[in-house]
Amino acid sequence: MIRTLGIVATICGVLIVTAYEGTLDAVIANKKIALERAVFKVIPGAAKVNEYWASPTGVAPATAAAPEGGVKFYVARDAAGQMKGIAAEGAGKGYADVVRIMYAYDPARQVITGIGVISMRETPGIGDKIYTDQAFLKNFEALDVKLTTDGKALAHAVKVVKHGTKQNPWQIDAISGATVTSKAIGKGINDSAQKLLPYLVPNLDKVGSK
Amino acid sequence: MAIPGQKIPSNIDELLEGLWKQNPVFVMVLGMCPVLAVSVSAVNALSMGLATTFVLVGSTLLVSLLRNVIPREVRIATYILIIATFVTVVDYLIQAISLAVYDALGAFIQLIVVNCIILGRAEAHASKTPPLRTVLNALGMGAGFTIGLLALGSVREILGAGKLFGVTLFGPDFQPWVVMVLPPGGFFVLGAWLLLFNWLKTRKPQAAQPAEGHVHGA
Amino acid sequence: MAPESLGQIFLGATLANNFVLAMFLGLCPFLGVSGKLNTAAPMGAATTFVMLVASLCAYGLNWLVVHFDMEFLRLISYIVIIASAVQLVEMVLKKYSPTLFRALGIYLPLITTNCAVLGVALFQTAREYSFLQALTFALGGGVGFTLALVLMAGVRERLQLSRIPNVVQGTALTLMLAGSLSLIFMGFAGMGAGE
Repeated sequence: MIRTLGIVATICGVLIVTAYEGTLDAVIANKKIALERAVFKVIPGAAKVNEYWASPTGVAPATAAAPEGGVKFYVARDAAGQMKGIAAEGAGKGYADVVRIMYAYDPARQVITGIGVISMRETPGIGDKIYTDQAFLKNFEALDVKLTTDGKALAHAVKVVKHGTKQNPWQIDAISGATVTSKAIGKGINDSAQKLLPYLVPNLDKVGSK
Repeated sequence: MAIPGQKIPSNIDELLEGLWKQNPVFVMVLGMCPVLAVSVSAVNALSMGLATTFVLVGSTLLVSLLRNVIPREVRIATYILIIATFVTVVDYLIQAISLAVYDALGAFIQLIVVNCIILGRAEAHASKTPPLRTVLNALGMGAGFTIGLLALGSVREILGAGKLFGVTLFGPDFQPWVVMVLPPGGFFVLGAWLLLFNWLKTRKPQAAQPAEGHVHGA
Repeated sequence: MAPESLGQIFLGATLANNFVLAMFLGLCPFLGVSGKLNTAAPMGAATTFVMLVASLCAYGLNWLVVHFDMEFLRLISYIVIIASAVQLVEMVLKKYSPTLFRALGIYLPLITTNCAVLGVALFQTAREYSFLQALTFALGGGVGFTLALVLMAGVRERLQLSRIPNVVQGTALTLMLAGSLSLIFMGFAGMGAGE
């Protein structure tokens, strides 16, 4: 019995390892394409993407293991290697499930310049306004995420306000009828930016060009 | 191993069994979790059907080849091991082919492991049938499962989004019946399909023998 | 770590994203055991227990698998650990409550192939829940599963007294009922979201 089980286990092991090894390159390539597509959507004109970790100890390329308290971000560059912008992911609890987004950050102006939805399960026809509603997307053309003078947090937390009551550049005008989903995005950006930017901004020169 | 006195099914019968007579979705109502969960669009339904068919054919073939070697006492554990292997393989294959499909199906690819159809086929059929007939039977079952998924997925996509395989069918004035792509729609559409099949089944005997009206529920 | 609070995870798994009615996990026992109230509740409790054990083990296993860089063994190790957990529950029940053991009968070993249990393990991994989040998720999922089972059993017990046309009987009717229940549970969506 033990010998038979050994044979079965061996067959299974060989099958799994073959499949894993055989598909590994394709899977990695696919993941890279998916990431590039998501980043290029929010940073037009970019040609390639580098991954980095930002942590209390500085920034480092994401080839090594994640440092303690590290936040991942992506640097988009044009064909010549010049930085076009920085992108990072955010997530917030929406109406049905967590909404995951990618946002673009312009370090020169300290604003968010665009968002793209990575995944969501919101109600079709209501929640999906977050990427069809032009008025809502206008919020993210120059969303203010300036840091305080000591650089420890955002000067103004990103906040979602009721439809039609936006007054400041750090506020997001919610979609009427899809407030919960709008708030999920606001919270996702705020949570991510509050963590990422204090680590990133002092080290911007290290990712500047390559 | 045929039971004496029972007709040995021909190869064609093996293939057709799962397609119609024992259709896993409409007749046996097995493995419903992935059926309802991924059938929001025809593409998802088709991918899920193909993935399940692959696992079904692969694992039943291996079980059939090893049917005289596997000790009886640990057969279920062995079957699960074999099935889990093929699911892991298909999981990596889908990741390599299309990440979009992989994200759409999510955890339901790995949940193929606990799909009762596969374990059921391994135990009830593959463990006592030679490889060729097993593969035919598994192909039929897989095709039946895929057709069931497609039937569900197409209806839900047409009604819920006004599309089929991502192609818009109606004009811009079409108001999508959104509930159909939401969870309740899955239950309703599958219920409706089963109703249709029940009706087809009861119609024939009723034609010969008039119905006796209402019967108490079971 | 996932961004949700523990309360959001629990409410989400119980009501808004109910395992049975919104995520379609564990439909086999849902359709099979929901005929009678007095088997539905213990079945739910047993499943909840197995879910908690499975979630606990899966958390540890995932750490091991990631630590040793063997992600391809994740699925196999999960299914093995769940099968063992079910065996454990079976032995405990057999010793301490033989009546319940007999009442649950064939459905007890079937918890192994209950996608809700494997679902808990897989979803908590995919969503990168922390230890506490994972346990809350498993508990919420189990409570939600029990709730759906008990509600369905209540409805089906009442149905036994009504006159139903021949064609609608059986699974078709159960599915329609489940659809209505699912519609009701959709009203819970958005709970605990926003702030």
